[in-house]
Order: sequence, then structure tokens, then C-alpha cells
Amino acid sequence: MLLIKCPYCQQERAEVEFSYAGEAHIERPSDPAALSDAEWEAYLFLRSNPRGTHFERWYHIHGCGRYFNAVRDTVTDNFVRTYPAGMPRPSVHDIDDAKT
Amino acid sequence: MNAYRADQGGRVERGASVAFSFNGTNLSGVKGDTLASALLANGIHFVGRSFKYHRPRGIMSAGTEEASALLGIDRGQGRYDTNIRATTQELFDGLKAESQHCWPSLRWDMGVLNELGGPVMSTGFYYKTFMWPKSAWEKVYEPIIRKSAGLGRAPRAFDPDCYASRYAHCDVLVVGGGPAGLAAALSASHKGKKVILADEQAEMGGSLLSDTGSLINGEAAQAWLASALATLVERDNVTVLTRTTAVGYYQQNFLGLVERLSDHLRVLDADLPRERMWRVRASQVVLATGAIERPLVFAGNDRPGTMLASAARTYLNRYGVRVGNRPVVVTCHDSAYLAAFDLANAGVGVAAVIDVRDDVPAALLEKAGRLGIEVLGGHTVLAAKGGLLVSAIVVAPVQAGGPARTIDCDALLMCGGWTPSVHLFSQAKGMLSWRDDLGAYVPGRYAQNARSAGACDGRFLLLEALNGGDAAGAGLSDPISDTYTVAEETHSSGISLAALPTSAKPARGKAFVDFQHDVTIKDIRQAVLEGFHSIEHIKRYTTTGMATDQGKTSNLNGLAIASEALGRPIVDIGLTTFRPPYTPTSFGVFAGYSRGDLFDVTRKSPTDRWAEQHGAVFEPVSLWRRARYFPQPGEDMDKAVARECKATRASIGISDASTLGKIEVVGRDAAEFLNRMYTNPWTKLGIGRCRYGLMLGEDGFVLDDGVVGRLAEDRFHVTTTTGGAARVMAHMEDYLQTEWADLNVWLTSISEQWAVIALNGPNTRQLIAPFVEAIDLDKEAFPHMAIREGKIFGVPTRLFRVSFTGELGFEINVPSRYGLAVWERLMEAGAKYDIVPYGTETLHVLRAEKGYIIVGQETDGTQTPDDVGMAWAIGKKKPDFVGKRSLERPDIVAPNRKQLVGLLTEEPRTVLEEGAQIVAEKSASPPVDMIGHVTSAYWSECLQHSIALAVVEGGRARMGEALYVPMPDTVHTVKVVDPVFYDASGERLNV
Ligand SMILES: [Zn+2]
Repeated sequence: MLLIKCPYCQQERAEVEFSYAGEAHIERPSDPAALSDAEWEAYLFLRSNPRGTHFERWYHIHGCGRYFNAVRDTVTDNFVRTYPAGMPRPSVHDIDDAKT
Repeated sequence: MNAYRADQGGRVERGASVAFSFNGTNLSGVKGDTLASALLANGIHFVGRSFKYHRPRGIMSAGTEEASALLGIDRGQGRYDTNIRATTQELFDGLKAESQHCWPSLRWDMGVLNELGGPVMSTGFYYKTFMWPKSAWEKVYEPIIRKSAGLGRAPRAFDPDCYASRYAHCDVLVVGGGPAGLAAALSASHKGKKVILADEQAEMGGSLLSDTGSLINGEAAQAWLASALATLVERDNVTVLTRTTAVGYYQQNFLGLVERLSDHLRVLDADLPRERMWRVRASQVVLATGAIERPLVFAGNDRPGTMLASAARTYLNRYGVRVGNRPVVVTCHDSAYLAAFDLANAGVGVAAVIDVRDDVPAALLEKAGRLGIEVLGGHTVLAAKGGLLVSAIVVAPVQAGGPARTIDCDALLMCGGWTPSVHLFSQAKGMLSWRDDLGAYVPGRYAQNARSAGACDGRFLLLEALNGGDAAGAGLSDPISDTYTVAEETHSSGISLAALPTSAKPARGKAFVDFQHDVTIKDIRQAVLEGFHSIEHIKRYTTTGMATDQGKTSNLNGLAIASEALGRPIVDIGLTTFRPPYTPTSFGVFAGYSRGDLFDVTRKSPTDRWAEQHGAVFEPVSLWRRARYFPQPGEDMDKAVARECKATRASIGISDASTLGKIEVVGRDAAEFLNRMYTNPWTKLGIGRCRYGLMLGEDGFVLDDGVVGRLAEDRFHVTTTTGGAARVMAHMEDYLQTEWADLNVWLTSISEQWAVIALNGPNTRQLIAPFVEAIDLDKEAFPHMAIREGKIFGVPTRLFRVSFTGELGFEINVPSRYGLAVWERLMEAGAKYDIVPYGTETLHVLRAEKGYIIVGQETDGTQTPDDVGMAWAIGKKKPDFVGKRSLERPDIVAPNRKQLVGLLTEEPRTVLEEGAQIVAEKSASPPVDMIGHVTSAYWSECLQHSIALAVVEGGRARMGEALYVPMPDTVHTVKVVDPVFYDASGERLNV
């Protein structure tokens, strides 16, 4: 059972309060009609699925009801940090600092 | 007194006799025995038959790593458990144990023919067998496997026990109560930390429980143990848990501990849980899980009477049991000498110590000499002889040419070195590192806040265990402190071997690596010959390490043998993954309280009580229980549903629709938000009007549907399917929060705030008219697909004029607390209209007669709006909505997609089976193209024939065509028709 810090509630809470919401920083195209089939396919289906640092979204469904972003290591499941939706992707430099 | 019980020594109470039975024979042990020590005290080694070859097997260990002595235990009152390790089962009065996996009896076992009959179960047996013709599998191999394989018999009775569970938090969790764990718990608690100390055995102490020679701080080891335990128990900040196994180490220092509370008791208190699952979150974890002695691999190493050397020492020193009168020791490691010396000191005539090493330490030779023990250095074992008990071993010098010699014995004690127990460390995603000097993996890089101490860290000396534990518990930066002084026999050197060297032809004699799964050295070499080069593949092909013991005694030997066969170092061929649980764990303790009525939440609607009182039959719909039908005396479901359907279309049916999801969408941009979330256009929907809404996922497939009513310019009452309520809310929130945060919209779940009573039938308006205030019910003023706010029976209502049946219909929304009262009033007032309550089954039939889809029944996540005949629901002028772009994807616009149609059976009384496949040709032989399937099928009482909905390739172009639904016993002929079976023009709606 993971412990996840909701950046809105500012509390570390049990995983059962949250639901997973897929990879983060994938923005919906503002004009989908302008995209080619291949571009739309990439938006819709292609995900990075890395071994290691992963940017992902969580939904505090049984808490404040808000979506936020997290950086999690998919090998250890350790959370490096969580941050509100809409904030820029943390740089690799920041993440390494937080890991050590 | 038992024949093999020493007169003195050990921690058992010789005066307290304990009666038990083994395979129906009455025996006795003493208080403090395990089942294994009691059997050995009675001179019984041979306790079971092996998995594949049905070879006689004995007790090979004294602990949790046992791979041979697996027994069935009957604790009475339906409590029967299989695969119980005799070495961990505490003896209690009246215990009944039986051998498993032998027929007709332990002594005369037919399965042994498997071994004599040839390589029936050779390496890769399962994989190779599955490649043979199906008939061979069904007729020949499956019966053989069923009869001869399997471990024990599964209990048939309902599990009468209850299981508890609790959460706990602590600063330091110490796993293992041996010297390292005790020292860690002492130093951590001394610093004021909140400590949990858990050990799987009945007594804390680990190796100290069988240590009769060492001194700790000048005190005898077991005396130190007693005072250390007393100190810990006294401290308020320490929780000491015995009989508690850490079965799983999960993320962020979350561990599952299983505490066994009653398996060692005879008389069971009804309120006492059998086991308790501790879910522990620890700031820091100290792993003090010890090490497991490694067996040696040589021909006949599984004869009963063969066991790990340390186990023999434990049986002697802890239980006062001699495992034989003439044991022989085979080793490549110093530690086995401790067993030989202790046995000799107890008056047992040790036949010899066979040491594979040429250079046996002089101190050991000297002490052996003093005790009259012959040591054969530089020797190996060619074979172990004997039937139901080992009787002799054949030994020879390792250097070829020396004469072989036969040594008689009645017990064979082996030691192949030690394997640190890194299971939990590895489960916690730590990286192991290989130590050539130990021939073992030890903890390397930690993924979590944990450290290891003692033997599990590759530090085998008592001194290292104590000071390592002390440092870990106190959080010192050094791995070892100098708090403790120890006087001990420091024999910890040795070598690692893949298998004992032998000159014997490999064809003769089986040398076992995995005792539980009967995997031999030959099997592993064969796997390598057949091209398996990764240990993960070798493991699966040979099944080594895949039994319930997860290879505790076999993994490293298997690795070493594979490495030798491949000619590559061990570190190059990988390591299999350690997975929870550490030891076999009951399903009951995982389930805990979540069984029976507590298995899951049951949501009940406001009228649930009424339905129950009126004989409703319920069915689960997501977490809700909903009334399915209301049978009258003598009615089955079909009869009840037929009556409910007829009554609704004739006059009035009433049903509870409270379970529908409801979301209030409010704000300046509410209509624009709905434009983007649903396929339909919303901007022009008038206040007080409703519209059917179709929701897609971004992939273009139907996600949900429901009716949306506009209460004000900026306020919508949205309904969803019962099962989709939470999903739709999350879906809406997701887009609102993360894509269109600029929109001025608020979403509020109101599912539980409103009770919904659906009235359907031609007389519904007359029924409610006298009780409705502030709403004009006239058909022009309040048309189909409209919503009004007012009062009914004096209670505020949002009254929808909608229909899911094709009849004149109203959905009366009232605050939930009035739901039951309004329902009862309607039943009362409806009596003169012969009002009939109906459940979900009638609801399904009535809507299917009208061709209305149910999301999740007609759809399965691969249907577009056009597939289900709802292209009309798409707002053509909207620039975008969720899923719009996907409707242009190549696969979506491709011809011949499956489309919703109706089906009529040739024989009108035949009701098709939902899920049945549809084919185009009546008598084609398989394989036949399946062009669709039946999604809904019912008897229609109103139409007096069966109806069905289906999705069929190119379905709408097949109207009138004959298709076929093959079933096991017959083939049904069906005609493709329009999915609207009843009142196609909709006259009954607009009245
Ligand atoms: Zn929150």
C-alpha cells in the first residue's frame, strides 16, 4: 500500500484514497480535427512506460477530489514528489536532488 | 519416555506428556515439541512420499525451510489443513497428523511405479506433454497426473475459523527474534523508539534456542536470552510478537505480518481468531531473518534420515531429541562440526565426519579426535543406501583412484554452507550483491529505509549478530558496534559446491536439488542442454524453486549447478525473483473480516426496506442491491416478470431508479462544458427541457448515457448509469480540472441526495395529478422530455417526464429521506389503478421491446454511436467534443462494423442465450466466422414472442436476412429486424 502526498491537502495519505490516472504531461490537442491519424494515435495510445522515473497523474478521489501529478520510480515505487496539475514537469536535475 | 529422547537437555518439559496420532497410530511427545521433534523422538523419520517419484521422504530441517515433511493436520471441527510443515507445527494434545500424497498407504505406495516405469515425468514434462495430441492428454496423462501429483487433499468443509486484521505504526520494526533481532530491539527501545519485534517461532531466540556453548557478556547464551526478553517485555514501547511471520515487504516500509493465534491450541475459544494480519508501517525496518543451511547434492540425498546438520543440533539441544544412534556427517563447511561435537557430547556415537575439503582446520580435527570422531578429509559421497531409512553411505577420496568405503549409519547430517535469508530485502526491491567468499547473495543497495543484521547480512558469528543488531537498532552509522562481548566456537569457514564430486555414472541414483518438486541435478543439466540459459527459464522449465517453499533450500544449489553446466559465473545467469508471501499463507488471513456479509459494501436505496418486506428478489448492480422482481405466491421469475410487464403497459408500473448516478453541473459555462463532454448539443436546450446525452471516451467509444435536464441557464441535472456514476464524475472532473480549467463550472455528485421513483404506464398522469403542486401536468405544458420543479405530497420534487419503457412516464425525484414515504403514498393511491411494483428484470424487458440500449450490455467498450444506431445523437455542428476526433479513425470509418439490430427467432417461444455467437451459414463445419453476438434476449409477454438485441457485422444492411445461432445441442435460425419491437412510431409516449 503506497503512501501518497496530496499536494492540495498537504498530507500523506493511504493509497486507497486515490485512484491512478495515467501518464502526466500529455496535453489534449486544442484542435484535434487538425491532427493526422498518426498524430491522434500518438496522443491517444502511445505512452512512455519507462523503467525508472515516471511522471504520472493521481486523483484524490476519496479526499479533496482533485487531480495532481507525481514523480514515481517504477522500480522501487518510491515517490520523488507530487505537485499540482498544471505545474511544469520538474527537471531531471530537481528529481535527482530529491532522490538523494 | 520416548526412545530417542535424551535424558536431559533442551527446552521441553519431559514431565508434560502430549498425546497425538500419526497415520492413525497413537504416539506421545512432550510439551514444547514440534510435530517433527515428537516424531523423531519416537524414531520416525519416514513421514511422506515425494511429489513426482513417490520416493520415501523424511524430516530434513527443523524450521520454516522444510521441503519434505509436509503433512495434513486435522484440528477437529472441520479444521483440516494440508501441506503443514511438521517442523513448524507445535504439538498439542489430540493433534492428528497424516501423510499426504501416498496410496494406498505410506509404506506401500503405488506411485513409486512412476519411478520404475521410466521417465514419465522428465524435465519439462508439462511443456512437452502439452505439445502432444489432445486425446493423449485427456485420456492418458491427465488421469496419471491427477492421481499421482498434487500435494495433499484440499479440505471440503467451510472454514469455521475467523481471521483478524489490524494496522500498526512504529519507529522500528525488527523482523526476526534471534540474537541480531533481540539486540536491535534492545538498542532501539533503549533510545525510546516505538518498536515491534516479530518472530515466526513460538519462542523468541532463534539460534540461541539451540546454543548450549556460547557466552554473551560472560553469561550463558540462553540465560542472556531470558533476561533480554524480560527487558523487552517490560518496556512499554516494545510490542513482542511470537508465532508471527513477516510474509510480505511492500512499498514504503509497509509489511504484512501474520500472527498465528490458535493453530497450536487444542481447545479453541470461539472468539479467538485463528490468525491476525498486522499491516505495519515502519519508519525503519531491521531485517534479522538469519540464514538457511544448504543441503548437499549427491545420489540418494533424500533418503529418510537425511537432514541438515544444524537441524540435528537443534533437535538435540532444543528438544532433547537424538536424530539417530549412529549419525554420519557430510560437510564442506565448519559449522557441521558443531552438530557432531554436541551429539558426541550427548553420548551419541558419531560414525564419521566426511569433509569434502582437503584442509580441515586443525582445531576441528583436534577436537574431533578428542571426542573419538573419525574425520575423513578430502572425501566425497558416492551414494546413500537404504529404503525407508538411510542405512549406509558409500564414500571415496575426492582424488580419483582411492578405495571406496561403506559406512553404516542411521542418520545422515549434511551441510553445504549457509544461505542468508534475503527474501524480504529482495521483496522490498533491494539490489542483492554476490559474495564469492560466502558463495551467496547478500543485501546490496537498499530501496527503502531498512538495514540488515546478523546472518541475513552474511555475518554468521554470534558476536557479529549481536553487535550488528545493536548498531542497526540504535541507528549507528557503523554496521557493527562493540557493545557485546562473546565467547563462542568461531567455526564459520567453508567452501561452496554445486554438487558433491562423484565418479558414479550419472544414470544411476537421483541427486535432488529441489526436494519438494523432485528436481534433480540431471533435470537442471538437461534443461541447459536443451538450450535454457537464463535461470528464470531454467526455473520454469524444471520447476525448481517453484514449490510452496519457493526454493528456500534449493535456489542456490540450482544456480550453482546451472552455472557449472553453462560454464559461466553465477552472477552472470541471474537470480529469480523473491515474491511474497515468504511462507504459505492462508487465504483466510488475507480476507480478514471481509467475508460473508462484510465481503463488500452493500448500498441500499431508500425503498429497499419496502422491497424486502414485499418479497422482492434482489440482485447486485455494482455495489447496490436492487429489486430484480416481486414474485407473488407461486410465481417464478418468468411468471412474475410477465405479469409486471403486462401491468405496466396496461396501467401503471412503479420502480425504484434511485441508483442512477446524478451530477449537478452548475456555472456560467455549464452548457459549454456539456457540449464538450457529450456528443449532443446543449446550448439551445430550453430551460425545463431534457435531452438524452451520449458520452464517449476519447477513443470514440460509448462510455455512458443518461438524461440531462436544464433547470436554469447555468444549471443542469445530469443522470448517469448506475454503474457509471463514479466513473463519469471522475471523467468530468478530469477534463474540467486539467484541460479546461478556464471554464466556470462546478460539479456536485447528488446521487445520494435524490430518491428517484419511476412511474410508467398510461395512467400515471391521473395517478399523480391530485398530489402535485406548482407543476402543470397538461401534455402540452409538460411534454415528453421535460423537467419541472414543484411539490408532490407536499415534498419538493424535480419531476422528469421521461420514459425508459415507451409508455407515458415520470421520474419523481424527491430528497432521499422522503423516498420511502412518497413510494408508499403512490402505492396507496395507485391501488385503484392496479399499480404494480417491478424490478430490474421487467425494466430490461420493457426497454428492450423499445430497442433502448443499456451501456455495458449492448456495448462493451468497442461501440461507436453509429454502431448502436445513435449517429443522430451527435451534434454535427460542434467543432469538438471528447471522442469526436476518434470517430474519424480508419478503423472506425471502415465498413462492416458490428451494428445493433433486433433478432426474431424462427420458433417464437425460443429465447436466445445472451452472449451466444451469430454465424451466417447454418451448417458450416468449424471454424466458422462469428459475425456478431446476442446482447439481450427476453420473452416478451406483451408481444407474445421472444425478442433479442444483437450486434452483427454490417447489421443494418441485413434486414430480413436469416442468420444462425449455433448452440451445443441445436442451431437456432433468426431473422434480422429493426431493434424497435414495440410502438415504433412512439404514439404511447406522447400522450
Ligand atoms: Zn487531496
